[in-house]
Amino acid sequence: MSTINKSAAQITATILSNKRVGAYHQILLSIGDLASVCRPGNFVAIAVGGESSKMILRRAFAISRITHGSASGGAMELIVAPHGSGSRWLCAQPEGSDVDIVAPLGKAFGIPTSPVNALLVGGGYGSAPLFGLAEVLKARGCRVDMLLGASTGSKIYAPLEGKRSASTLKIYTEDGSMGERGRVTAPIPSLIEQGSIDVIYSCGPMSMLRAISDLTTGTDVVHQCAVEESMACGIGICMTCVLPVKGEDGTVSMLRSCIDGPVMDASTVAWDLVGKTPPAVTL
Amino acid sequence: MNTEYDGFDYSTSLAGASFPSPVFTASGCASSGKELAQFFDLSDIGAVVTKSVMNKPRHGRSTPRMAETPSGMLNSIGLQGPGIDHFLANDVPWLLSKGSRVIVSIAGETIDEYSVLARKIRPVQGISAIEVNISCPNVENRGMVFACQTDTAARAIDGVRKIIGGEIPIIAKLTPDVTDITSIASSVVDAGADALALINTVLGMVINLDTMRPHLGGKTGGLSGPAIRPVAVRAIYQVHSAMPNVPILGMGGVASGRDALELILAGASGISVGTASFGDPTAIPRIQRELHALLVARGFTSLRQAIGYAHRASEEGAQ
Repeated sequence: MSTINKSAAQITATILSNKRVGAYHQILLSIGDLASVCRPGNFVAIAVGGESSKMILRRAFAISRITHGSASGGAMELIVAPHGSGSRWLCAQPEGSDVDIVAPLGKAFGIPTSPVNALLVGGGYGSAPLFGLAEVLKARGCRVDMLLGASTGSKIYAPLEGKRSASTLKIYTEDGSMGERGRVTAPIPSLIEQGSIDVIYSCGPMSMLRAISDLTTGTDVVHQCAVEESMACGIGICMTCVLPVKGEDGTVSMLRSCIDGPVMDASTVAWDLVGKTPPAVTL
Repeated sequence: MNTEYDGFDYSTSLAGASFPSPVFTASGCASSGKELAQFFDLSDIGAVVTKSVMNKPRHGRSTPRMAETPSGMLNSIGLQGPGIDHFLANDVPWLLSKGSRVIVSIAGETIDEYSVLARKIRPVQGISAIEVNISCPNVENRGMVFACQTDTAARAIDGVRKIIGGEIPIIAKLTPDVTDITSIASSVVDAGADALALINTVLGMVINLDTMRPHLGGKTGGLSGPAIRPVAVRAIYQVHSAMPNVPILGMGGVASGRDALELILAGASGISVGTASFGDPTAIPRIQRELHALLVARGFTSLRQAIGYAHRASEEGAQ
């Protein structure tokens, strides 16, 4: 039996809306019944550039939110930063146009079965999937606190409706243009010390994920991070998006962040080996 | 699938191994099949050519391993894999249980490793053919690509042939990064290869303008995708012209039925689809349907009639 890409399907999705929000685009796709199998932390791979495109690879985007039950069926929300040729193309697509998507892909965030105190940490547009996650956690009775950070205020994504799902939300910018000046990781050590967090969920640049992982090492806090590695396929066949991950016996394997992630237990990632070649395999 | 191609003989063979359709996965672009099985039935395509496996488990190269280029991409995986023992114990039985036809691709760091791999594969039942990858560009020392020289290419194939009697066809996978691919092709055929896989990726490099250094962790990578299709067509045409009786498994940038037909007309008996699956998980069944429609539209009643058609004098042609 195959459990890889278990719920994934390739469908044509219509763009219901495409709005600019700060430095990003909020894109809503009509996905029908596929909405019922999408979970916070899953991602979508979208074909870009149209029929005669020279861009042969799909672009992967975190699914920021899923809505059910409108007249047009389920919908998927994406927060896209138009910084490359593929994401610029997607952001330029008008409402009503169709895109070829493969979703849902990847491992979702693990949701606790009993209520816990959860801290959600987002860097830049990495905050996008955290709002959908916050809703799910809140529905399970969890306390949800949120920390968002970016280099500057226009790169903070924090929609009004999303803020309602968190008990508290603090914003940090490196230039001080929004919220407090500083890094989003700054308050984490004291929160851990106070014992007010059971689980940290993080999504953002790898340097931020690693910094949080360093802070939780040696504590009882569980840290689930959504990693970001460049991918060619998103479905596990190209082997480009690998990360060094420690197994139970301590040996390091290069795991695919598309099918073994993007959500990973941060304590298993061999952060010091990211971008390097692990020691040769011994048997 | 037979009803779908009613009245048209879509079957092909590579040196005695028969396949109901000429469209296969390409080694290194379908892992061992499980990932694509969610998107289509693996028994509906010609064969699954598995990712080149080595004797021992291997991590491969450091990241970044990928760079998209116009109509193509560079990869620098470095033959990451589970090793032959794990592969034969897990992946081959799974593929066979799905009714898939299986071509096992092997790669070695030394000439000897190819023989070791062949010895382990020989007793395994149900394998349609062995692809001997002597041309992976992502090895530590580019000078060790066996398919760059006639003597090393022949020795690697000879080592496998001595182990595999005649029970499983041997397909030698060659690189186009040589002065004369026909001389390499003829040396491996003389050494016992039954068929040829043309072409492996083309060695390339991308420099990152932010770091102003090579972008890939392994510095160089293999270029694939539509950008290299004309190189594949040329290599297949040249080799088929020199050795019309040696079957060719063609690959290199095939993204549609028309691309596949081009390689068939150049002389390929089968087509492997690689990079196209990265952008479209259902590329292989789609290409299979498109190629069939194009062959029928040209008046062919079997795939075999079209193989190498581009070599025929134009007065023989239908048009």
